[in-house]
Amino acid sequence: MTSVAPFLIFYIGGLLAAATGGRLRQAVLLATPVVGAVNLYYLSQGSSGVLELFDYTLVLARVDKLSLVFGYVFHLAAFLGAIYALHVSDRVQQVASTLYAGSSIGAVFAGDFITLFVFWELTAVTSVFLILARRSERSQATAIRYFAIQILSGMLLLAGILTWVSHTGSIAFDYVGLDAPGGWLILLAFGIKCAFPLLHNWLTDAYPEATPTGTIFLSALTTKLAVYTLARGFPGTDILIYIGATMTMFPIFYAVIENDLRRVLSYSLINQVGFMVTGIGIGTELALNGTAAHAFVHIVYKALLFMSMGAVLDRVGKIDGSELGGLYKSMPITTVFCIVGAASISAFPLFSGFIAKSMILSAVIKEGHLAVWLFLLFASAGVFHHSGIKIPYFAFFAHDSGIRVKEARPNMLVAMFLASCVCIGIGVYPEPLYRLLPYEVSYEPYTVSHVLAQLQLLFFSALAFVVLQLTKLYPPELPGVNFDSEWLYRRLLPRTARFLLEQASHLGVKLERRARIGLGRWVERVFHLHGPQGILARSWQTGSTVFAVISVFVVVLVLSYF
Amino acid sequence: MIEAHLPALQVVLPLIAAPLCVLLRHAGLVWLFATLVTWASLAVAIALLQQVLAGGVIVYELGGWEPPWGIELRIDEANAFVLVIVASIAAVVMPFAKRSVADEVEADKIYLFYSMYLLCLTGLLGIAITGDAFNLFVFLEISSLSSYVLIALGKDRRALHAAYQYLILGTIGATFYLIGVGFLYIATGTLNMVDLAERIPQVQDLQSVHAAIAFILIGIGLKAAVFPLHLWLPNAYCYAPSVVTAFLAATATKVSIYVLLRVFFTVFGADFTFGVVPMTAILMLLGGAGMLVGSLVAIFQTNAKRLLAYSSIAQIGYMVLGLAIGSVTGVSAAIVHLFNHAMMKGGLFLVLGCIVFRSGSTLVRDLAGVGKSMPLTSAAFVVGGLSLIGVPLTTGFISKWVLIEAALEEGYWYAAVLVVFSSLLAIAYVWRVVEVAYFQEPSREVAALREAPMILLAPTWLLILANIYFGVDTSVTLGVAEQAARTLIGAGP
Repeated sequence: MTSVAPFLIFYIGGLLAAATGGRLRQAVLLATPVVGAVNLYYLSQGSSGVLELFDYTLVLARVDKLSLVFGYVFHLAAFLGAIYALHVSDRVQQVASTLYAGSSIGAVFAGDFITLFVFWELTAVTSVFLILARRSERSQATAIRYFAIQILSGMLLLAGILTWVSHTGSIAFDYVGLDAPGGWLILLAFGIKCAFPLLHNWLTDAYPEATPTGTIFLSALTTKLAVYTLARGFPGTDILIYIGATMTMFPIFYAVIENDLRRVLSYSLINQVGFMVTGIGIGTELALNGTAAHAFVHIVYKALLFMSMGAVLDRVGKIDGSELGGLYKSMPITTVFCIVGAASISAFPLFSGFIAKSMILSAVIKEGHLAVWLFLLFASAGVFHHSGIKIPYFAFFAHDSGIRVKEARPNMLVAMFLASCVCIGIGVYPEPLYRLLPYEVSYEPYTVSHVLAQLQLLFFSALAFVVLQLTKLYPPELPGVNFDSEWLYRRLLPRTARFLLEQASHLGVKLERRARIGLGRWVERVFHLHGPQGILARSWQTGSTVFAVISVFVVVLVLSYF
Repeated sequence: MIEAHLPALQVVLPLIAAPLCVLLRHAGLVWLFATLVTWASLAVAIALLQQVLAGGVIVYELGGWEPPWGIELRIDEANAFVLVIVASIAAVVMPFAKRSVADEVEADKIYLFYSMYLLCLTGLLGIAITGDAFNLFVFLEISSLSSYVLIALGKDRRALHAAYQYLILGTIGATFYLIGVGFLYIATGTLNMVDLAERIPQVQDLQSVHAAIAFILIGIGLKAAVFPLHLWLPNAYCYAPSVVTAFLAATATKVSIYVLLRVFFTVFGADFTFGVVPMTAILMLLGGAGMLVGSLVAIFQTNAKRLLAYSSIAQIGYMVLGLAIGSVTGVSAAIVHLFNHAMMKGGLFLVLGCIVFRSGSTLVRDLAGVGKSMPLTSAAFVVGGLSLIGVPLTTGFISKWVLIEAALEEGYWYAAVLVVFSSLLAIAYVWRVVEVAYFQEPSREVAALREAPMILLAPTWLLILANIYFGVDTSVTLGVAEQAARTLIGAGP
């Protein structure tokens, strides 16, 4: 059995999907990830694709344990996504998602910088169609912003790579580190895709605007590709520990006050990626194992959550927490799946989040980062609040909004069912996943202390709700949102957060206005010079042109005597 | 027997064919004849390139007269490559020309058109092939005079004015070149490039030699439309017949850049050009400004043809920048971009030719919705535009990659930044056209347009696909360019 570079199968699948229609296309879309996975299995038995270009040797398929974990889970996500999107008959979207998955997989298996850069850009180009495919004016604007930022990341990467290559002469993509020439540029490029704090806005901007099915692919691939590249290029880089810890913290506040449930999930996605980034920053074997494991399970349960919200959006047509509620009556099966996802992300024992997140936490405490550990612990509690309770609560319970719709589409249910099986399966029996990890695992998740600690964390945060609920500390003025007694935020949290955010946004508005005026002036000036009637663009009189030529000549003549 | 005389044939073939066109007169026959001649020229050019790659420099004495009395044709990798670029564009454009020219040029002038076309081809090939500085001037005039006529044949009345302005500036350019050569002749007593190269180092302190290089830079810079000597170009490209625009944009400026390379490296030698005269600074300034201003102006243009014309000025900036860097990598970047830019601009102007053929207008607003009614034509524009931007897997990417590599090798990081920034601007102006073509509702006239005929689409797509092919397989283009760069830089004293 000869195997080919993994991305090729998706590209061929994408082309076939573009050429076919109806049932045939559905078959192609489903078969592509399966064939890809089989190919990958054989590929993992040894052999690698190499291509000669310019004077360089491009490694199209570097297969080792780190790339394999990500490769497999990307295939899994592509498969789940394909099932979930099976009912869609939108050629653009389906071809784009297949090519996008292929590009991400291509990037994961890239053994050199050139290949990495090409696929890095291709993921941006292909994924933007998943946002455009929503075909609303808002999504168009979002798509353009998204695309610009992704291209910026690519440009930074290119600059970093060129610096690196011109200094070292090697294009192999291995450990880079910050001291290397171009290291910072490369880190920044990865950081943008990874949604580092302050570089994250594209994510929360774009993911909620994509199509219900497109978001599944987006949430699974882009940031996790960045996590992979960070794990490859910057393991053990201290600054990542703190970046990661920040990433776990700040989205919580946003997630709590956000109304659009898919945006809540986007924030929580950043929070989850923060755990992985911290793991990479720690850089020990246990931490990197934890990162890989967490990426694996995270892709599945995050996809599951997005799927359940996508199903709601698909049936109801809106996804604002304040307008939903009581959907468990009409979508009971989706509700169950959503709760499975919520339990997984909250790291309940016996669900997949538990066996991975605890690895990173253990690694952090082992290296003596107590403060970071406490941060992460707090963040875990926060996850439980906004993803574990808020999402299912607002969508399916809360006060009955009176919406009555049909249960989610069968193919969506199948996809969610499979994802739930993976979540629970891994949670109960983690050994197969552990065997996939980059390093030998000697980690036992189900010890008494682990389980107890996690349960304590979860139960005490639940208890906190109950106490706050009984003492009626709940802020009453949240407009348009009918919070019933079961649901409590800590009172200070949203208030301070909102206050701070308001201040920040005032400042932001001011700065933006300034920037806009400045930019406007600048554009005017550029236009004045370069616009159709500008001096640089209009047609000159023949005499003036000759004068210009002579002037240039005189300057050059004078210069040539120096 | 015939192989030995290929260098002469390369020039003589179109030169003799041009007056024969006038004798034939019948439009269809003339076209057929001219097409065959261009194809034969291409065959000769390819054969020459193969000979050079296999056996090194070819020296051919015209009429058996030895230099310094006779004129010498001298072909190394650099000009053999340029010959192939010119001849292949000329050959690919011809099939397109039949219907496009019939549509855009008055019927009783069509035979003159092809006659001029062949003369222009003669001039361009001659400039590339000759080893004699004065002979180069003669060919320069042949190509220039014929191109003024070609531009003036445009349907729009403004074509006449554009041609007139080009005539004035072109003549100044040629005169400047001649003055420069005159200075050199006085200083050295020879016009043969190889002899000049040997003697210039002995006289390099003479002020007249310094003046000579300034005159030649401005003279050829005018023909190459190096910013800010580009003022003739936008109108000339905009109002000329589509075929002429595609042909000239892809060849004429490229040949001039080649002349700069030849004069700087072979005749004056790198030591004089970059060591004695601060040519790096001058060229980098001109190239950088061209990249920036050309791209910015292109963004605001309302006519797609003019937009591409300004983009050409920016692209010429890339070549000048490569030349300014002056290293092997830099010069190969310039040379490979000669080829790559010929493919993209040739292709893109042919796309506009297809649109003119159907709708008669290249105003950006008249392109609204053309993506629906002329899908193949519009798709060609998108692919060509991607190459212009420099997206990976296109030729544009290869050019920029090599250019940035060259800039970083020599430590000109700001030049690299400028290249990247200018590509970002390219996204903007390409996107403007794409957005109008695909995302705006077509007017009734546009909706009624039919796809361009096959005979126009085939040459267009041939050039467009060349962008993809040579973007992936760079062994030919980049390989030859690098060899040419080595020869050029090594050839100087």
